[in-house]
Amino acid sequence: MQYLLTLYVDESGWGKMTPEQQQQGAASYMAYTEALKAAGALVNSNRLRPSATATTLRVTNGKTQVLDGPFADSKEQLGGYYLIDVPDLDAAMSWAGRCPAAQHGVVEVRAIWAM
Amino acid sequence: METSDRDTTLATAETVARHSHGKLVAFLAMRSGDVTAAEDALSEAFAAALSVWPSKGCPANPEAWLLTVARRKLIDQIRSRHDGPGSDELEALAETIGEIAEDDIPDRRLGLLFACTHPAIDAGIRSPLMMQVVLGLDAAQIASAFLLSPAAMSQRLVRAKAKIRHAGIPFRIPNRNELPERLEMVLDAIYASFAEGWIDAAGSDIARRELAGEAIFLERLLTELLPDEPEVWGLLALMLYAEARRPARRNSRGGFVPLGQQDTALWDAEMIEEAEAALRRASGAGLIGRYQLEAAIQSAHVERRRTGSVSWRAILSLYDALVNLTGSPVASINRALALAELEGPTTGLEALDEVSGDPRIGSYQPYWAARAELLARTGASREAWQAYEIAIGLERDPAVKRYLEMRQADLGSDSLPQGR
Repeated sequence: MQYLLTLYVDESGWGKMTPEQQQQGAASYMAYTEALKAAGALVNSNRLRPSATATTLRVTNGKTQVLDGPFADSKEQLGGYYLIDVPDLDAAMSWAGRCPAAQHGVVEVRAIWAM
Repeated sequence: METSDRDTTLATAETVARHSHGKLVAFLAMRSGDVTAAEDALSEAFAAALSVWPSKGCPANPEAWLLTVARRKLIDQIRSRHDGPGSDELEALAETIGEIAEDDIPDRRLGLLFACTHPAIDAGIRSPLMMQVVLGLDAAQIASAFLLSPAAMSQRLVRAKAKIRHAGIPFRIPNRNELPERLEMVLDAIYASFAEGWIDAAGSDIARRELAGEAIFLERLLTELLPDEPEVWGLLALMLYAEARRPARRNSRGGFVPLGQQDTALWDAEMIEEAEAALRRASGAGLIGRYQLEAAIQSAHVERRRTGSVSWRAILSLYDALVNLTGSPVASINRALALAELEGPTTGLEALDEVSGDPRIGSYQPYWAARAELLARTGASREAWQAYEIAIGLERDPAVKRYLEMRQADLGSDSLPQGR
């Protein structure tokens, strides 16, 4: 089964970190991604630009409304994702628990609706 | 067709439906994770059985018959649906079913039970889910046990089943590090089902009687799969002790007989032997737990069979340990009764007062019955009358109700409140 792990983190945290801490942080994500690859579980993964760069659209009565900013105005924002392929929810949860984002934010696990 | 034949057929169908429900649901849903579809298919198969069996007779292997029909319904269901990878599911189903001989359906119930305890499922719905999916209780029965409306209970059960399926929760026994906590939930659900079956002391309600038997059967299965878990043996012992006393719980006129007055010759000696062996096996592990303590208390009561008397000292110390371990007000009530046997009803009442502040106690029949009994022994017959009145009002078993009414009447006319 495929699962999308979405990573929600406090974006202001990154800027408050020292360069060494940032380096360490980046290294832990790289190691995590490598581990997923080595296990043959990784389908795809990306880090997103900060939510301040987001644009949100909604079409109402044929008219497109555009909003400068993210859909949800919350402290923790979607910062990236991992699409993984594993046997079941236990395996997906075990990967989610190892994700560095689980240490400084939250990781949501959602099954892909196979078509 | 004779009425009696028809009745026999219906009774067989009921029994098979009860006995096979969890097993067939677990088996049919094993690959797809779709418990709802498996339940729907099975209930259609059961309906078919009710219309076919009375005229054609019960099949030699009713379980295999139900499985075959349910499988056909399930395949029809998948074909007519457009929301998923139908062909994959059909393949998985064919594979699942292809690998077994029909007279030897593998029992996947424990896998399903553990799936219901998954941390990704809302904690409050796990026990109800186990009771419905594996033990086949209906939403209304479960709702009353959990103090929820049937509609609200149904809705939450539907949601939990959707989660199992769509989130891909596996049907298997969890890893060692997760096992203790999840095992406790499984044991609690099995015991809750046993208790539902235990209510019907006379065993006249087939469905309920089956429930107690099913709970013991599942527990035996659990001892085979997890032989090193002391609480698994502890719960088996506890249920066997209780079940062994079933024949003595009512007299020949259907009246309630309290434990202390039961004829020990009516107890099932073989079942008690098995309970003792299970309890010894549990205590060998040196890891105490709630069910082992409760079983040990039963064991102390059963000693009366050999010695003619009960060691209240031993029972009190076991209840002390149980109260320490669980903090349960139910254990405290029984502890107060044991204390009263040793130090008199006044001391017992004082101990009972300590739990009277618990909000769960006000509507708990055993608290009021215990209170009434101890008050009667101190001679406070008016207060005792009042406490019996509340206990009677809370009791749902007619035999126990009659017994309490009799005890209340024994208090004499002085105990009646003014104007009665």
